[in-house]
Amino acid sequence: MPDMVSIAQPIQQSFNPYTENGGTILAIAGADFSVIAGDTRQSEGYNIQTRYAPKVFRLTDKAVLAVNGFAADGNMFVKKVRQRLEWYRHAHAKDMPIRAIARLIQTMLYARRFFPYYVYNILGGIEEDGTGAVYSFDPVGSYEREACRAAGAAQSLVQPFLDNQIYFKNQTPAPGTSFPAHLPLQTVLSLVIDSFTSATERHIEVGDGLEIYVVVAKGSTSAQGLQNLRGVQELTATDDGERVFVVRRELKKD
Amino acid sequence: MNTFATKFSTTSAVGQLRKAQKLAAEEDEFSDAAWGSEAGFGNVAKGAPSFTVPAIPDPAAFLRLHTDDHADPSCRIKIQHGTTTLAFRFQGGVIVAVDSRATAGSYIASGTVKKVIEINPYLLGTMAGGAADCQYWETYLGMHCRLHELRNRERISVSAASKYLSNLVYSYKGMGLSMGTMICGWDKTGPAVFYVDSDGTRLKGDLFSVGSGSTFAYGVLDQGYHWDLTDAEAQELGRRSIYAAGHRDAFSGNTCNLYHVKEDGWHFIGNYDVSKMHYDGPGNVPGAPGHGYGYDIRVEGRSSANPPEASS
Repeated sequence: MPDMVSIAQPIQQSFNPYTENGGTILAIAGADFSVIAGDTRQSEGYNIQTRYAPKVFRLTDKAVLAVNGFAADGNMFVKKVRQRLEWYRHAHAKDMPIRAIARLIQTMLYARRFFPYYVYNILGGIEEDGTGAVYSFDPVGSYEREACRAAGAAQSLVQPFLDNQIYFKNQTPAPGTSFPAHLPLQTVLSLVIDSFTSATERHIEVGDGLEIYVVVAKGSTSAQGLQNLRGVQELTATDDGERVFVVRRELKKD
Repeated sequence: MNTFATKFSTTSAVGQLRKAQKLAAEEDEFSDAAWGSEAGFGNVAKGAPSFTVPAIPDPAAFLRLHTDDHADPSCRIKIQHGTTTLAFRFQGGVIVAVDSRATAGSYIASGTVKKVIEINPYLLGTMAGGAADCQYWETYLGMHCRLHELRNRERISVSAASKYLSNLVYSYKGMGLSMGTMICGWDKTGPAVFYVDSDGTRLKGDLFSVGSGSTFAYGVLDQGYHWDLTDAEAQELGRRSIYAAGHRDAFSGNTCNLYHVKEDGWHFIGNYDVSKMHYDGPGNVPGAPGHGYGYDIRVEGRSSANPPEASS
């Protein structure tokens, strides 16, 4: 009998607990409001697992968290952040301020420095001084306060558009005029919707549904135009003054 | 059965029960920190932070596999890389200048990163390597500098602060931390700069530059550096060096953040756009040359390819 020759290649076993679930999130801060949006498609490779898996979550009446990357890690992370916020509420009888939530998220992400959550976080909401805020994080907790940020599958499609339309990058103002420091809510909402319809056209992992959360500061006039918007729903839970709305829209499903 | 033996047995039913009771008692000792008292800082108050580690034989290899090292940008979890940072000591204090670009592979993840970490009013740290590693550990260092002040009724020296950090990162050696930082400040001994990295290196010196653009920055810095620089000259040298790196290194750029540490602590001098510095210079600031830094701007109308109007 001839010698048995093994044709099988050696297999290296490795621990791979991560996958990429696609989708895109986006947040823009205004003078006294903050808009946090995400599509609702969840996919793995070329398969669409569901057309409605929310990526944007209301934490408090002044803070909304968007998570993108590995959905299982994202959902677990949001669950743990909410648990910590509840403990804070029980201890201090108030909601945690957004800059403290941002630092909390940093320490929670960094606690997993050697076994990271594969999640890109964007936190949007209202600061204690009433200004709109956006904080963006990397998977291990480095963070920065910004005016706008896109993350996820279509970030390289959306972010340059935002740089141009929000920061007016590579634009020159007409003689005698200057660009506004902050845009009104109506303009921001249009930019968000256009970002997602365009990303849906050119990226296979983006589509199905769009959820836009709007957090409005106490006494702001931005909320007025919001009530008669199509598909809007108010989610405000306390009478602290800040108000949270969600606008749900359809995106193309192919 | 011998009652004496049962009493000390760990495998008998009684022993099992005793073990269970002991475990339950330990559960009761669960700290109040879990319930949000201790002002919600229970985790901080208890001292050294704890980290979740995957339950596999080699956690460091797991981390290497899934996070992008410089060598392998294809991995899922992108850690921000690419930087130019510099700090130097001179007659008037310490100049700290950094760029503001963060890259993930070839994508510019951010152009507005704060790479100078304000540890306290007298101490600055710079950020190169893993953004989260630098941010987290230098914030943590800030807490311990404050504790040192409270315990010893005097400010921590730059030397002691940097040694605290280097000992800390050395205890994580081989676990995959990535940081190259300069701890800068002013203490009893005067201005001081220490280079600390995640290998455990800690160096005292007059002049350092760290990051992918450091070679370009060193070129300008070494040429223009001497101890007796005026404040305006020193600030200009810091700006000019970061501009040079932003111009020649693809992984550096966007803007330059400039700090000056003096006897009364650090001062933020300004934020300068690298493209603006190329064409127009840094603007009307002390030490500015009054024109753009760019070679093509400086030789405008003076080279054979672009001759002066008179000769054409």
